[in-house]
Amino acid sequence: MNNTGKFNYRLVIFLIAIIFGVGMSIPTFLQTQKGAKVSLGLDLQGGLHMLLGVKTGEAIKSKVKSIASSVKFFAQSSDIIIDDLRAIEETISFSLLDKDEEKKIDEMLKTISGLQVNKEALRYTLTLSDKEKDLIKEYALSQAVETIRNRLDQFGLAEPNVAKQGSDKILVELPGVKNAEDEQRARELIAKAAHLQLMAVDEKKQDRSATMSPTEAEQYGDIILSDAKSDHIRYILKEIPILDGSMLTDAKVGFDQMQQPVINFTLNSEGAKIFGDFTAGNVGNRLAIVLDNKVYSAPNIRERIGGGSGQISGGFSVKEAHDVAIALRSGALLAPVTLLEKRSVGPSLGADSIQASLLALISGFLLVSGFMLFYYRLAGVIANMALIVNLFLLISIMALFGATLTLPGMAGIVLTIGMAVDANVIINERIRELLRQGVSMKQAIEHGYENAMSAILDSNLTSIITSVLLYVYGTGPIKGFAISTAIGISVSMLTAILGTHGIYDFFMPRIEKSKNIHMWFGMKRSH
Amino acid sequence: MEFFSQHKVYDFMKVSRFFIVTTLSLAFFSAILFFSKGMSYGIDFSGGTIVQLKYEQPAPIHDIRQLLAKDKIFSGALITEFGSPEEVQIRFATTTEGVTQDVGDIVRTLLKETGKFDVRKVDIVGPKVGGELRQKGIMAAVLSMIGIMIYVAFRFEWTFAVASIITLLHDVAITTGALILFNVEMSLDVLAAILTLIGYSINDTIIIYDRIREELKSTKDMDLMHVINTSVSKTLSRTILTVLTVFFVVFTLYLFGGEIIHGFSFTMLLGLIIGSYSSIFISAPFLKVLGFSVEGYKNKMALKEKNRLEKAKMRSQYEKGTV
Repeated sequence: MNNTGKFNYRLVIFLIAIIFGVGMSIPTFLQTQKGAKVSLGLDLQGGLHMLLGVKTGEAIKSKVKSIASSVKFFAQSSDIIIDDLRAIEETISFSLLDKDEEKKIDEMLKTISGLQVNKEALRYTLTLSDKEKDLIKEYALSQAVETIRNRLDQFGLAEPNVAKQGSDKILVELPGVKNAEDEQRARELIAKAAHLQLMAVDEKKQDRSATMSPTEAEQYGDIILSDAKSDHIRYILKEIPILDGSMLTDAKVGFDQMQQPVINFTLNSEGAKIFGDFTAGNVGNRLAIVLDNKVYSAPNIRERIGGGSGQISGGFSVKEAHDVAIALRSGALLAPVTLLEKRSVGPSLGADSIQASLLALISGFLLVSGFMLFYYRLAGVIANMALIVNLFLLISIMALFGATLTLPGMAGIVLTIGMAVDANVIINERIRELLRQGVSMKQAIEHGYENAMSAILDSNLTSIITSVLLYVYGTGPIKGFAISTAIGISVSMLTAILGTHGIYDFFMPRIEKSKNIHMWFGMKRSH
Repeated sequence: MEFFSQHKVYDFMKVSRFFIVTTLSLAFFSAILFFSKGMSYGIDFSGGTIVQLKYEQPAPIHDIRQLLAKDKIFSGALITEFGSPEEVQIRFATTTEGVTQDVGDIVRTLLKETGKFDVRKVDIVGPKVGGELRQKGIMAAVLSMIGIMIYVAFRFEWTFAVASIITLLHDVAITTGALILFNVEMSLDVLAAILTLIGYSINDTIIIYDRIREELKSTKDMDLMHVINTSVSKTLSRTILTVLTVFFVVFTLYLFGGEIIHGFSFTMLLGLIIGSYSSIFISAPFLKVLGFSVEGYKNKMALKEKNRLEKAKMRSQYEKGTV
């Protein structure tokens, strides 16, 4: 087969690579609206990266509490007397006084899924099965991810990213955060439990609100909560809420008669019915609107409130009201979140980093390509062409994968420049070696490529092994480094080996004629 | 242009004893540093908080120290200039768990009177995450070495694999020692640099081994010392030139890449020098130390060839139906 001549398959592949590389990297360089492009990582464009821990254990505790509430509610409404009902950590216990009611209670308990009932005489101990606990934890995590994502989407930041990490962590990335105020609001929005409850004020006990202890309140089935504006104002409320935020369908910012911002909420039909029934039966009493265990207002009920709408007022600023409304609309967090890791980069630092790494990239490129040109002459020019194509291809492939460019990723690209020409150095040294033995240029090129192949392959593969492991075990920006070096090295096998070989083949008739090994390979003519 | 005289075979083996002794004492020195001074871990691995500020004028570090001392979360904080006189880095071991409160805001309030500044960066790494990152880092380093060892054993032979791993361990040990000596903190970037070095420093070693394998095939010379000397000499220009190109880019990164990737570029610079030294002077001589023999290798290859021929023969007989 004669593949020396003007066109050859290597050159064709190389030309396709050039067209592909240049074409696919245009969206990135021009930052066009359409097309796959490499986006900048948080460390380059500025932004907030947080790893949040979800206290899924809390979700179990609150589930246990709500089971306890429903047991209590059931007992009260069916006239069953139970005593010493306790919900401690993840265990509920109570005693049944009348053995005749045992069947009724047992039937009711059976309807609660995942509940393990342990009976000693008439003393009940209720726990959740491990499977149920896992389900609750899993649900709490995915619910937290959903809720936080909803909230951030509505907050109006550009491209928030919220993702699950492991079994109890959430990764939040906010590239759009540009100043301290935005960041503060975003963080508050994320962490807000947004647990709305409508609770009845215990009018019989309310007079004693200043002095009653929480344990005493507990005995009456009450709970003491303080006012949102002042810790000194306390309310004694019935522990079991009338309804909570799960029955909410909408929450919007509005203004009251005093032109103060308020939040208007709407309940679903079930909530509206409960709300209507309650208000009808409690005219003259007060209804407390409780958000995250703070009482925002406790207005008197003047008449039955139908239609299922209500209002939270309590001296919000417009921005606060806006954020609370978002949090209410996206639902409550079942489990509280904590901060495990946070990395925030200001836009000015990001811009500095881009500038610094671009400078390193350009000067690194000039230094390496200048050296190649100086040391290898035309062979260096050919290697440099391959290097340029390598960079274009690297950018296009990163764009196609939707990879983000981080500062370590930039370092990876700079490093690729140095490593990609290694293949050409190895090949050119092999060719020179053959030329020194007096072989013709054509044969030296053919055999040079053959001889160099195994060393290049082996060394590139070991580099890729470490890149892959770095990607698997690395985090955040380091993954970007692993991606850019892995792609860079892989692409170099196409450009630095196949591409340059194609170019030599293309010029082979001239090379054979020229005999000028100084011009082609930078060697002294004395040989 | 040519840097190296191509006909000369340098006698590396003659001086190898000297280099092995040097290397062992360097490694020993690194070990002493590791166990006495110890590696200092950045917040990525130890957990903690870093706040980076940039003032419009040179930063009043003294005032900053005094003002921050008011809040106990900054107790034991390390407050240093960062890259330029305008920039300050505040580093301390405590971390905040709450999502809503923020150290950046606390710093902003406390330092209000010190002049106009910008909080450029806040990094908080909780202790749990730090521990996880450390574990993952060690995992990645160990698995890279195992991966490379398996690959080299598969492509060459076990003696080569063991010698290459010794070379790599040597590189990592001495680089780590140098990092301790130069007070470079172990961070995620530095770890990435070390892992990159593991992948890169093996390249030169492989080029030399590849050449030794090639020499062994063609030469009648049974003297391992000879074979190694020829191979290392013939690949010397390659080894140095490939390192040189990478050295160029790492050096530009070190010069222009900015303070943030200093740890990375500095580690790479150190490692490149150590790695190419070990490829040239350590990797091949260690083959001899490990008892690699040319005769044994040749016999093995001959046996392999014989087996291959026999198999081919049997196959052809089978296909012809003579068996």
